[in-house]
Amino acid sequence: MKREVRRTGVFTRRALLLMGGQVAVLGGLAARLYQVQILEGGRYATLAEANRVSQRAVAAPRGRILDRFGTTVAGNKLTWRAVLIAEQARDVDATLDTFGRIVPLEDRERARILRDVRRHRRFIPVLVRDFLGWDEMARIEVNATELPGIMIDVGTTRVYPFGEQLSHVVGYVAPPNEQDVANDPQLALPGIRIGRAGMEKQHDVALRGNAGEVQFEVNAYGRVIRELDRQEGVQGAEVGLTIDTQLQRTVLGHLGNESASAVVLDCTNGEVLAMASTPSFDPSLFNSGVSQAQWVEWTKNRRAPLINKSVAGLYAPGSTFKMAVAIAALEAGALKSTDTIECPGFLDLGDTRFHCWKKYGHGSLNLRGGLKNSCDVFFYETARRTGIDRIAAVAHQFGLGIDLPVDLPGGRPGLIPTREWRIGQGGHWNIGDTVVSGIGQGYIQVTPLQLATYVARVATGRAVQPHLTRNLGGVLQRGARPADWPGLVMPVRDLQMVREGMWAVVNEQGGTAPQARLPDPKVQLAGKTGSSQVRRVSREQREDTNFDSAKLPWEFRPHALFVAFAPYDAPRYAVSVVIEHGNAGAAAAAPVARDIMIDTLGRDPSNRTHPPGAEVAQGPMPAPMPLAMPASMRGPMPPGVSTLGARPGGTPGGIPGGVSGSAANGAGGGVPDGVANGGSRGIQGGAPGAASGLGRPR
Amino acid sequence: MMDRRLIREASFDLGGKLWQVSWIYMLLLCALAGVGYVALFSAGGSPEPYATRHVMRFAIGIGIVLAMALIDIRVLAKLSWPAYFVSLALLLVVARYGHVGKGAQRWIEFGGLQVQPSELMKLALVMALASWFHRASWERIGNPLFLIPPVLAVLVPVGLILKQPNLGTAVIVAVVGAAVFFAAGVRWWKFLLVAAPVPFLAPLVFAHMHDYQQARILTFLHPERDPLGAGYNIIQSKIALGSGGMWGQGFLQGTQGHLDFLPEKQTDFIFTMIGEEFGLVGGLAVMGLLGLIVIGGMAIALRCRHQYGRLLALGIAMNFFMYVFVNIAMVMGVIPVGGVPLPLISHGGSAMFTVMIGFGLLMSVHVHRDVVFGQASEGR
Repeated sequence: MKREVRRTGVFTRRALLLMGGQVAVLGGLAARLYQVQILEGGRYATLAEANRVSQRAVAAPRGRILDRFGTTVAGNKLTWRAVLIAEQARDVDATLDTFGRIVPLEDRERARILRDVRRHRRFIPVLVRDFLGWDEMARIEVNATELPGIMIDVGTTRVYPFGEQLSHVVGYVAPPNEQDVANDPQLALPGIRIGRAGMEKQHDVALRGNAGEVQFEVNAYGRVIRELDRQEGVQGAEVGLTIDTQLQRTVLGHLGNESASAVVLDCTNGEVLAMASTPSFDPSLFNSGVSQAQWVEWTKNRRAPLINKSVAGLYAPGSTFKMAVAIAALEAGALKSTDTIECPGFLDLGDTRFHCWKKYGHGSLNLRGGLKNSCDVFFYETARRTGIDRIAAVAHQFGLGIDLPVDLPGGRPGLIPTREWRIGQGGHWNIGDTVVSGIGQGYIQVTPLQLATYVARVATGRAVQPHLTRNLGGVLQRGARPADWPGLVMPVRDLQMVREGMWAVVNEQGGTAPQARLPDPKVQLAGKTGSSQVRRVSREQREDTNFDSAKLPWEFRPHALFVAFAPYDAPRYAVSVVIEHGNAGAAAAAPVARDIMIDTLGRDPSNRTHPPGAEVAQGPMPAPMPLAMPASMRGPMPPGVSTLGARPGGTPGGIPGGVSGSAANGAGGGVPDGVANGGSRGIQGGAPGAASGLGRPR
Repeated sequence: MMDRRLIREASFDLGGKLWQVSWIYMLLLCALAGVGYVALFSAGGSPEPYATRHVMRFAIGIGIVLAMALIDIRVLAKLSWPAYFVSLALLLVVARYGHVGKGAQRWIEFGGLQVQPSELMKLALVMALASWFHRASWERIGNPLFLIPPVLAVLVPVGLILKQPNLGTAVIVAVVGAAVFFAAGVRWWKFLLVAAPVPFLAPLVFAHMHDYQQARILTFLHPERDPLGAGYNIIQSKIALGSGGMWGQGFLQGTQGHLDFLPEKQTDFIFTMIGEEFGLVGGLAVMGLLGLIVIGGMAIALRCRHQYGRLLALGIAMNFFMYVFVNIAMVMGVIPVGGVPLPLISHGGSAMFTVMIGFGLLMSVHVHRDVVFGQASEGR
C-alpha cells in the first residue's frame, strides 16, 4: 500500500510537470501567433494584397487627327471579337462547329484555335475571330445559347474616313512587334497600336495618351475572380493638321490616274494645305495586319503606292531649278540683270556639245528671257560662270537638297551636288557637271515638297518651313504666322527679277507655259515648267527628226514638273506638281497645277475660318468640289481672252488658248548624250525612274 | 474504502455509467467539432464538400466515445497487448503491401475503409505501455532489464513508421511513449541516456530520409530558399496568418484561403484559415479550447485511482497535445511541415475515428476511475 502511494505520488508529480510543459508550449505557440499576426502582420498583409491583386494597364483611346477645320481624318470605332473560354464550353469542337455555321472558319483558323486552347489553361480566353462586323456580332449574340464558351469582346480600332486620300499624310497604325515592346514596355498593353507612318508616327506618343489601369482579384492560378477597380486612361491628344481635306480631295481629282505628286503650301507660313501622292493605299488595312499578297502587290508595283512621293520621291528638278541658278549667278555677280547670252542651240565645252531644247537656238536673251523661254544654253553658261558651290549654297537656302525639318516621317533629303560631295564620292567634279546642273539635271535630286518650299521662298523671300501640324492637344503650334519665319539672306531685287521671269513664263506671249494662265486677269499665276530626263537621249534619237519622247515606254519618258505661286502681286499659295513620266512639264504638269491653283484660290483655305460643309466631307472617292468661282472661269481659256494688267517688264498681249506644249518640251530634251554618259548616273541610277529606288515605308 | 468501491461497482448499470461520463468534456469536444464545421464551411465555401461530412463523422465519433465509455476498463486492459500486436502486424502489412500516398506507404484498404496502422499504433502502444507499467511495482521499474520489453515495444513501431516514411507520426509516437515512461516513474538519468545519442544519430537519420522529407527540413530552415516550391506552403501560411491581424478578415473573407494561395487549407492548414478569417482572437480561442481538452485529459489521468487508467489517460492526452503542437507549430513556421492534421477540425475520416477512439478510451478511464483491478495489480 505504501508502495502504491509512492507510485501514485510520482505519477501525480510528473503528470503535473507534463501539464506545465504542455501549457508552456501552448503559451509559446500563442506568443508565436501574436508575433506572426500582430507584430509582423502589416508586412504579411501587404504580401497577401500583392498575392491577390493583379494590375493591368489598358490602352487609352488614341487621339483623333483632324484637318485644319476640325474634320476627323483619323478616329476610333468599336470593333468586336469573339473569344472562347474552353472551360465554359461543354464541347469545344461542337461550339466551333456551331460558330462556323454563323461565321465561317477556315480549317487553318480552326487548327490554330484548338492549338491555343490546348496550350492555355482552360479559363484563359482564346481568340476565335477578330474584327467582326456588326452583323456578325449580332448573329453570334442571338445564338449565344448554342455557343457555350463563346464571348464577345469589345475593342477599338482606327478608322480613316478619308482612306486612300490622306493615307500618306495621316499614315497608319499597326500592332507593336516584339522589338517595339522590348524598347518600350508600355507597348505591351493589349490592343495598343502604334503609328507606323505619317502623322500617326510623328505624334505617336501624344496620340497614345496615358494608359488606364484595371485592378483584378486573381487566385493562385492566375484566374481573374473579379474586377476591383478601373481607372480609364486619358485619351491621346488631338492633332490638328494644316491640311484642308476638301482641297486635298480636289487635288487628287486633278492628278487623276497618274503616278504623281502635288503639294499646296501657304507661301506665307509654310502650312501644307494639300499633299497628294498617287497611287495610294487604304491605311485601315494595316489595322489587322496586311496580307502577304497585298504587301507583294504594293511593293512590286512600279507606281509605288506605299511611297509618299511628296516627301520621299526624288526627281531631277529640270528647268524648275533655273530660278535658283539665276539667283546664285546674280548674287555672285556672275550675271547682271542686263547681261545677255547668245543661244545658238548648243554650247560647246571642250569636246562636248550641250544642246538647248530648241534645236536652232533662242538667239540673244537676258535673264528674264532665259527664264521665260527656259533656254538651256543661257543656264548652261550662267551655271558655268557661277560655279556649282555657289549654286548649291543658294539652292540649300531655298530648301532644295537638304533634310527639311518637316514634321512628317519618311522624308528624304535629295541632293544638290557640290565639289566636296563629289570628291567625297571618290570622283572629281567636271565643268560639264556644273553645266548640266544649270538646267537641274545631273546629280540633282529634290522632292516635290522641297520644290513647293522653294517656290514659296522665292515668292515671299521668307525662309518658311513646310509643316503639317497646326495644333497639338489644342495648342496652336509655332509657324502659323509669317513672322515666325525669318527672311532669306538674299537681295530682294534679285528675287524680284526671278519672279518676273516666272510671271513671263505663264503670262507673256512666247512663255513656255501659257497653259498655266489663270482665267481671271486680276489674279495672276507665276510659274516654271520642268521636264527631267530619266534616261539619256542618244545621238541617234536626237538626229531622228521623228523622235518623240512621248512614244517611249512609260518608264523611260521624262518626268513632268511645274511649280507656281499665286497671286503674283501678293503671293499666298505655292504649288508643285510632279507627274512621273508625264513627258513634258508644260503639257502634263502645268494644266494640273493651274487647276489646283484655281481651286485653291477659290477655296482660299488660309483665310477661311469656318468650313462650310466640312461636316459632310466624308465621301470615299475623290471628287471635284463645288467651287466658289463661277464655272465659266474654269477649264480651258476661251481663245482671244487677253491678259490685262501688265506686269513690270512684261509684254501684255493676247495668247491663243491653243498654244500647246509639244514644242515647249521643257528642258529635258536638251541634255546631250555625252554629259548624260559622263555624269548623270550617280544617284539617279537610270531607267525605271526615281521612285523605284525607294525603300519600304518602314 | 472498500465499501465505497463495492457500492460503486454495484451501481454500475447502464444509466449509472452514462451518469459518470464527463459531459462537460463531451461538450468541449462538440465545441471543437463546431469550430471544425465553421472552418471547413469556409474552406469549402459552403457546407459541401467538407463541413457537413465532418459533422456526420463527428456524430458517429460521439457514438463511439459513448460506447467505449461503457466498456469496463479492465476488459480494455486485457485487450492492450492484443491490440498492440494487431497494430504491429498491420504496420508490417502496410510496409509490404500498403498504398503509396505522397511518396510514402501509409495506409491499407480494409473493406473500402482506409486504415492507417500508424494511427492505431499511437493508441495501442499507449494501452500496451500502460498495461506493462500497471503491473510493475516501484522496485521493478528501477530494474533496467524490466524496461527492455517496453523500450522495444516503442522502438519497433517507431522504426516501422520512420521507414514508411512518416517522420511526424514517428516523432509523436516516440514522444508519447517517452511521456508514459516518464509518468510511470522511470528515472530522469535513463531518459538522458537515451537522448544522448540523438545528436549523433540525427545526421544518419537525415541521410536516410526521402528527398521530400529532407526538402521539408531544409525549407523549414530557409523558407525563402524556394519560394514557389517547397517553401511556398510555409510562406503562404504565414502571409495568411499575418493578414488576419487582430480580428481577422471575417468569415469567408480570407483572400489567401479563398483564392487558393493557401495549400491544403481543409486539412493541414486549417488553423491558418481560422487565423486569417478570425484573427489572433479566433486563433487564441481555438488554441484555448484545444488546451482545455488536453488539460481535461490530464485531469482525468490525475483523478484516476488505478495506474493503468492514469497512464492510458495521460498517454492519450499527450497524444492529442502532440497532434495540436505539431500542426500549429508547423503552420506558423516553428517546425518543419509534417502532414499532421489538427484533430477534430481538419477534414479527413481516418484521423477523426482514431482520435474519437482515443477519447472513448479516455472516457472509459473516467467512468471506471475507481474500479478495482484484480490481485495482479494489487498484490505486488
